Amino acid sequence: MVNLGVKLKDLSLKNPVMTASGTFGFGEEFEDFIDLSNLGGILVKGTTRHHREGNPYPRMAETPSGMLNAVGLQNKGVENFCSEIYPRIKHYDTNILVNVSGSVIEDYVETAAMINDLEHIPAIELNISCPNVKEGGMAFGTSCASAAEVVKAVRQVYKKHLMVKLSPNVTDITEIAKAVEAEGADSVSLINTLLGMAIDAETRKPLLSTVTGGLSGPAVKPVALRMVWQVFNAVKIPIVGLGGIMNAKDAIEFMLAGATAVQIGTANFIDPQVTEKIVVGIEDYMKRHNIQDINDLIGALQVR
Amino acid sequence: MKKLVQDFEVLQRKELNDDHFVLDVKALEPLPEIRPGQFVNVLVKDSNTTFLRRPLSIHFVDYERNTISLYIKKIGDGTKKLGELKEGDTLNIVYPLGNQYSIPNNANTLLVGGGCGVAPLLYLAKHLNQAGNKVTTLLGVRSEKDAVELDAYKEYGNILVTTEDGSFGEKGYPTQHSILEKEKFDYVFTCGPEPMMKAVAAYSTQKNIPCEVSLENTMACGFGACLCCVTETTEGNKCTCTEGPVFNINDLKW
Repeated sequence: MVNLGVKLKDLSLKNPVMTASGTFGFGEEFEDFIDLSNLGGILVKGTTRHHREGNPYPRMAETPSGMLNAVGLQNKGVENFCSEIYPRIKHYDTNILVNVSGSVIEDYVETAAMINDLEHIPAIELNISCPNVKEGGMAFGTSCASAAEVVKAVRQVYKKHLMVKLSPNVTDITEIAKAVEAEGADSVSLINTLLGMAIDAETRKPLLSTVTGGLSGPAVKPVALRMVWQVFNAVKIPIVGLGGIMNAKDAIEFMLAGATAVQIGTANFIDPQVTEKIVVGIEDYMKRHNIQDINDLIGALQVR
Repeated sequence: MKKLVQDFEVLQRKELNDDHFVLDVKALEPLPEIRPGQFVNVLVKDSNTTFLRRPLSIHFVDYERNTISLYIKKIGDGTKKLGELKEGDTLNIVYPLGNQYSIPNNANTLLVGGGCGVAPLLYLAKHLNQAGNKVTTLLGVRSEKDAVELDAYKEYGNILVTTEDGSFGEKGYPTQHSILEKEKFDYVFTCGPEPMMKAVAAYSTQKNIPCEVSLENTMACGFGACLCCVTETTEGNKCTCTEGPVFNINDLKW
């Protein structure tokens, strides 16, 4: 029997496989396809202080080995989450993390404080990296000073595990990671989507209503792996790696680069059962390589 | 209705004309209940430019053969690869997705389809016919060679055609067909290019007839997780995949 359990500081996961926010709804959308209790954790859709309609259609464009999205954090607001959605999903036998986003610091703080009161939500993922909201969002995550400021403010009201989701749209992601670590982040997740765009040459128009959007899928995996490796060598807090993971082999690569856990995002759209398959695949890999404890894989990259 | 992800076996590919074909795929387990208007999301193999699944209307369901028929137009590389599938090949499908057309009883119903938008209408015609409705299917196509599967529709009611070049049926667009003024319909159902559906919606509004449209949209997941395929409705953005693809025109901002 191999050990698949990992710990993000005080947060225990039965295995390192989580889902990425914005690709997994509230978990309910996947109940027909998989048993959610087989996952290490699920990250529910980005939640903001107030209701957001999101961006106009079209919001999505397929790209080589990936996709661009410009959903723009469509959600009904944190009060709706607490009163309507939380009671429906709180019984899930897995860690439920809420991705918290905002336009101004007060919104992040108020949203985090409300979720702090929910018994069955052991952690939040602070989203300072969404490229699809006009104000705030990624702007917080692209300078050390503003990243530190929002984490410091949320830290004062949020008492459980505080994960901070980092943007790859920066010159040096390790500086941002160090800044949020210094303000009390318990872990960092990376990467959010890469800012990109797509054009229809025939119509001379952009394919997204917002012109630019967030790129995800296997196309971003090498960039994500590189950033996880860099951050692993820069901070002490655990790292959750994501970006184009399609199978168990990809997940193992992120762990070797330094991730304690991984998130599966875009792959859920193509195979709604992929997360369970990745858990099984990781176990197979461990047996094949005679590894008893998955923690032995974290950062085990052998650089010559 | 539980959603499934399953491998299907390709039984047959019927070429209809230059760019349309029907793919009959057989489920390896008994098919669940599938309602008219629902769709599938299929995985395309061996296409470098096709990353996401392709959402396709369910054209017909044959419970005796345990098959689903998909009516497909070759547009990009993904649908072209689907057009190369052979008997015995495997197709991975997520289904049944989306809501359904309403099925009235003992009503005079009109179905208007254009282009590959005719896809869901055959199965709808069957259900309407079974529920005791009078069914008239009106298909708008470019030319005679595009007027396909007419005998299949005849099984369930009356079939009328308009062609843009006048080579078959009445010349013009479906909303110009004489039947619209001759007969009084109780329900209208439509699927096709948006300008055509908007014209059908305008006709229905003018005649005060309930009208349901099936919308097409670019989707990533097809089951309400990605929030990419939204349609503007009177109650805000709704997912075309889960709250559609069928909408009553009164709920749309048309």
